[in-house]
Amino acid sequence: MRVMAQMAMVMNLDKCIGCHTCSVTCKQAWTNRTGTEYVWFNNVETRPGLGYPRTYEDQETWQGGWVRKPNGRLALKAGGRVKKLLNIFSNPKLPSINDYYEPWTYDYETLLNSPQSDTFPVARPKSLISGKDMNVEWSANWDDDLGGSQEHAARDVMLKGIEDKVKLEFEQTFMFYLPRICEHCLNPSCAASCPSGAIYKRAEDGIVLVDQDRCRGWRMCVSGCPYKKVYFNHKTGKAEKCTFCYPRIEVGIPTVCSETCVGRLRYIGLVLYDADKVLEAASIEDEHQLYDAQRACFLDPEDPDVQRAAEAAGIPGDWIEAARRSPVWALINKYEVALPLHPEYRTMPMVWYIPPLSPVVDVIKETGEDAEDRGNLFAAIDALRIPVEYLANLFTAGDTVPVDRVLRKLAAMRSYMRDINLGRDPDDTIPQAVGMTGESMYEMFRLLAIAKYNERYVIPPAHAEQAHALEELATECSVDFDAAGSYYDQALLGEGAGYPTPVAVENFRMLQDRQTSDTSDELVGGGSKAGRVNLLNWDGRGTPTGLFPPPADKQSGDR
Amino acid sequence: MSTFLWVIVPYLCLTTFVVGHVWRYRYDKFGWTTRSSQLYEDRLLRLGSPLFHFGMLGVVGGHIIGLLVPRSWTETVGVDDHLYHLVAVIGGLIAGLMALAGMTILIYRRRTVGPVFSATTPMDKVMYAFLGAAIVLGMWNTIAGSIFSLGGEYNYREGVSVWYRSFLAFQPQPDLMADAPIGFQLHALVAFGLFALWPFTRLVHVFSAPVGYLTRPYIVYRSREDQMGSRPTRRGWDRVGS
Repeated sequence: MRVMAQMAMVMNLDKCIGCHTCSVTCKQAWTNRTGTEYVWFNNVETRPGLGYPRTYEDQETWQGGWVRKPNGRLALKAGGRVKKLLNIFSNPKLPSINDYYEPWTYDYETLLNSPQSDTFPVARPKSLISGKDMNVEWSANWDDDLGGSQEHAARDVMLKGIEDKVKLEFEQTFMFYLPRICEHCLNPSCAASCPSGAIYKRAEDGIVLVDQDRCRGWRMCVSGCPYKKVYFNHKTGKAEKCTFCYPRIEVGIPTVCSETCVGRLRYIGLVLYDADKVLEAASIEDEHQLYDAQRACFLDPEDPDVQRAAEAAGIPGDWIEAARRSPVWALINKYEVALPLHPEYRTMPMVWYIPPLSPVVDVIKETGEDAEDRGNLFAAIDALRIPVEYLANLFTAGDTVPVDRVLRKLAAMRSYMRDINLGRDPDDTIPQAVGMTGESMYEMFRLLAIAKYNERYVIPPAHAEQAHALEELATECSVDFDAAGSYYDQALLGEGAGYPTPVAVENFRMLQDRQTSDTSDELVGGGSKAGRVNLLNWDGRGTPTGLFPPPADKQSGDR
Repeated sequence: MSTFLWVIVPYLCLTTFVVGHVWRYRYDKFGWTTRSSQLYEDRLLRLGSPLFHFGMLGVVGGHIIGLLVPRSWTETVGVDDHLYHLVAVIGGLIAGLMALAGMTILIYRRRTVGPVFSATTPMDKVMYAFLGAAIVLGMWNTIAGSIFSLGGEYNYREGVSVWYRSFLAFQPQPDLMADAPIGFQLHALVAFGLFALWPFTRLVHVFSAPVGYLTRPYIVYRSREDQMGSRPTRRGWDRVGS
């Protein structure tokens, strides 16, 4: 047994309202730079839909992930080492910019400088790739909320085998949102595809990162990742991917996407797993077994043997403690409601999802029946095979049994909690029908519905003895960062030449200040909140100090 | 003059090549990349890039054999001049034509595809000029010198190659080069110019050819301990005990 710790995430899809706040804040934090305009470390897809980049799930085309060979061994789907090296001069499976979208901005200057005329001036879209005028025909989110779904959603790869049925019932189609980040897989095929060995899995917390100093821009990771979550920065010529916000995780605060999630649907926590079992689990023959096989790799943090082995493996005590309180562990293995995204890629992904019950609930509501009644819900789960089969294509390689089980648990929780909320006696036959006790069902409800901040995020900080090296603390002298880079003409050696700048521009202290600034009078970056006026509280009559400039007569005295 | 051209200039270029790479690697690991433009354009690249690169691998291999292997060695293994000549000319022609065709496609692509053209740095353009000139001159030497024998018979294995080996052994014999046909002289000078430019262009990616990929394990694990923060430890700031 080789115990390793993995920082993992679970997303509760029932609560996702598709607001894209996670995508936007992530982009602001990480990819608002030249060369990464089209890069979305986090994106939210409407399903059924094409996803981003378009039809990325079609591995017959893109050849991402692993396949099990007849002899039982795992191989990269796009071919082994020799084939990769022979194709290195031109990657045959690289999505082009059109499979993502051509990023653009608008020519705002026309609006400002336009002479007077009868017609309004127009800010034309300009391509950020070629700088020329362009027609905006696609973007990261073109088919949001089933927009144009007759044309686009029908091409969803995950509808394979159920296309006819979905078309038949298109008038009453279903829809849900799927937020995606890098899966930080236990068996990452991007890392395996990298010829330079620049992509590595951090031994401490399992976060998969690209070493920007070792990446040589061969682009094999982009095609190797079946989730297409490694992107190529076309200005620096380096691969970039979601970092699980490791500078934040290291100091114990959640990722930007989680922190800003309006629906509070993301859970972050540790999972202990047996690294020796991963390959065996990933090579299991039956795709339907992959979900269980991956769960079998995870180690129970309550087991004393596991705790001892973890300690022997150098995992600190507070990390083991955090693994015991981990919401991710609870959702995956205790309540068994979280499912992996596309286990059939055999990468052992570590961002899991609680499938949405909402397609089922919506249908019942529309018929006017009681959508919180156990009988109705269970019957609907049985009857509505299309959403269930679709979810199974996403989360269990097409096996509807686990999806059924999860949806029943969610449905049971719904009706069980209704009794409690209405002050009626809880009906203990409801949890029993799905193999749970009333107590555990209530705990699950707490975690899923109440979802307190410190129950959603159980993130043990990295250790103090390593503190000076952590990005977010930035205790090293900041002056020596810009010294080297700026003296040379960057255009000479290409964009971004020179030493890297640290990822954390603001330090931990500032961050902490800001996060607790409700109770503080200080504004981050100096200044005071006193003298600020809340416009929502202003009735329009008084003149609160600081809202208007001083009256004219007072000013005239100064002149 | 021959000392300047065939001793001083080559050694200057060689020094720039070596020192330049060391400097670039230490200063600019982040910029050490192929700077691929495949994201912008795929169709022409799919054709041109493998053609050029595999052609160049052949060209480089041919140069290693032609310049570094003395005539006496090949004669010992029983390869006479005629056979050697035949293999060299045919192999050289194929590889050279591949490289030339590939490069033509790539330069055409670079010029006509808007995004690719705007991602081209001035350094790229200078480098293309030198690289293109070196390839064309090399082809000329092969065709004009070896096939049509323009400007008289010249066996580079008795001249250029010997000079090159003497140059690498730090006992240069500039006279050998001074007597070579002008085509060979120009080819050598342009090539040395390219060597001097090399460390400051995207050509550095040649030295990161990922042969280690064949032997390393698929999944790389790395501890935070190995490198602290986002930059390497500076000299003099090593941790205690390391």
